[in-house]
Amino acid sequence: MTKLYAFHNIRFSVALKLFFPLLFSMCLIPFLSQAQEMAHDHPEEVQAEGVEEHAPAKEFNMENMIFNHINNSNEFHLFGHVSIPLPCILYSKEDGLTFFMSSKMDHGHKTVNRYAMDEGIIKRLPSDFPGGEVEIGHIDHKKVDGEEIAILTHEGKEYQLEKASSMLGFTSFFDFSISKNVFSMLLAAGLLLFVFLSVAKGYKNRGRKAPSGFQNLMEIIINFIIDEVAKPMLGDRYQKYLPFLLVNFFFILTCNLMGLIPFFPFSANITGNLAITMGLAIVTFLITNIQGNGNYWKHIFWMPGVPVPMKIFLAPIEFLGIFIKPFSLMIRLFANITAGHIIIMSLVGLIFVFGNVGESIGGATAGAALAVPFTLFMNLIEFVVALIQAFIFTILSASYIGAATEEAHH
Amino acid sequence: MYAGIGAGLAAIGAGIGIGFIGGKGMEAIARQPEAVGDIRNNMLIVAAFVEAVALFAVVVALLTAGQK
Repeated sequence: MTKLYAFHNIRFSVALKLFFPLLFSMCLIPFLSQAQEMAHDHPEEVQAEGVEEHAPAKEFNMENMIFNHINNSNEFHLFGHVSIPLPCILYSKEDGLTFFMSSKMDHGHKTVNRYAMDEGIIKRLPSDFPGGEVEIGHIDHKKVDGEEIAILTHEGKEYQLEKASSMLGFTSFFDFSISKNVFSMLLAAGLLLFVFLSVAKGYKNRGRKAPSGFQNLMEIIINFIIDEVAKPMLGDRYQKYLPFLLVNFFFILTCNLMGLIPFFPFSANITGNLAITMGLAIVTFLITNIQGNGNYWKHIFWMPGVPVPMKIFLAPIEFLGIFIKPFSLMIRLFANITAGHIIIMSLVGLIFVFGNVGESIGGATAGAALAVPFTLFMNLIEFVVALIQAFIFTILSASYIGAATEEAHH
Repeated sequence: MYAGIGAGLAAIGAGIGIGFIGGKGMEAIARQPEAVGDIRNNMLIVAAFVEAVALFAVVVALLTAGQK
């Protein structure tokens, strides 16, 4: 038995020693893929715009680069013109349900049933555009009254693309695609299922014997959540809400960490997407308000222990508080993760600003010398932020639920 | 440009707030080292509240950055 433990310990420490160098070397991957992307895109853009070959290099647009990386996308872009196709499931009233793989669109050079891909995101063309598969040229972007619109010129006619399908604006089509974020969420769910089912199996097989291997790690984290989050916030009601808190914590943590790994199956900015953090916050909102007892509602609409004018004054504030609490949960997670991604992408972008988009190798080297240590540092900070934000989301959810289910003690 | 100034002002506010929390937290830990766990947890939670206000400002700055 002791032999087995020693063996496990050695393996674990070796894995730990290998883990950090691996983590650091991963920081370099975006540079490589980014460099290839730039080198590849550059001549094509010059051709497309009909500029002479000796004209100065196209200006590097940092804002576009950053927002392309942090936004959701209908294909999983790797580098240059290589991307992993993802299924597109679209619905519109005229065309009904349309299903195809995003590779059919050839990185936006083809339209399918009046759907076009603009910077990785599917948008719809007006109904006078021919249906079926059509080869198209370049999609231009113009700013009209501060709003950016995408315009496609096809056979001498201009077509304005509709905005991307989102929960904020009404569009004539709905995008139910397995996009980059959806794919990554499914992957996170799969990873968690695999980890927890294997850990659960370990408990089943080993019974009351000491946990081994991965069980140790999970036990520490779960005990931490029970002792530091669930029990202090929820008291003796903690067991009822523990599954929700654990799922919340592990899902957010996995998504945060997956966003920090900059290559294929990961790299999507999952928890830096408002829709996803909103979904998480809505679940907390629903549980808080459905489980909230009479005492909770009394504290909102008729605060006990204060004079009547104060009660009337407090009621609307407390009522708004119901919505502001989950709203701040949503914004906090979104803004923390997005800000981290923006900073890292800006630092990577410095290489291309200094290097004049591949014109000056010396400048690029100086940029890399500056950006690599800073990116490394930011990645470390982001690693801590990923842990803290998952913890904060969980502990605040627990405290909201705890406050809503507390019995009166006046 | 105004969005940048706004984000900077928000960062100042959050910096002062989190600085206070951190400083007082350290003082509390120095006075009662045995309560370090509780103090750290409460510090993180309160810092999250301060940060949230600053992040509202950052989101507003991001949204208005594109407009002139």
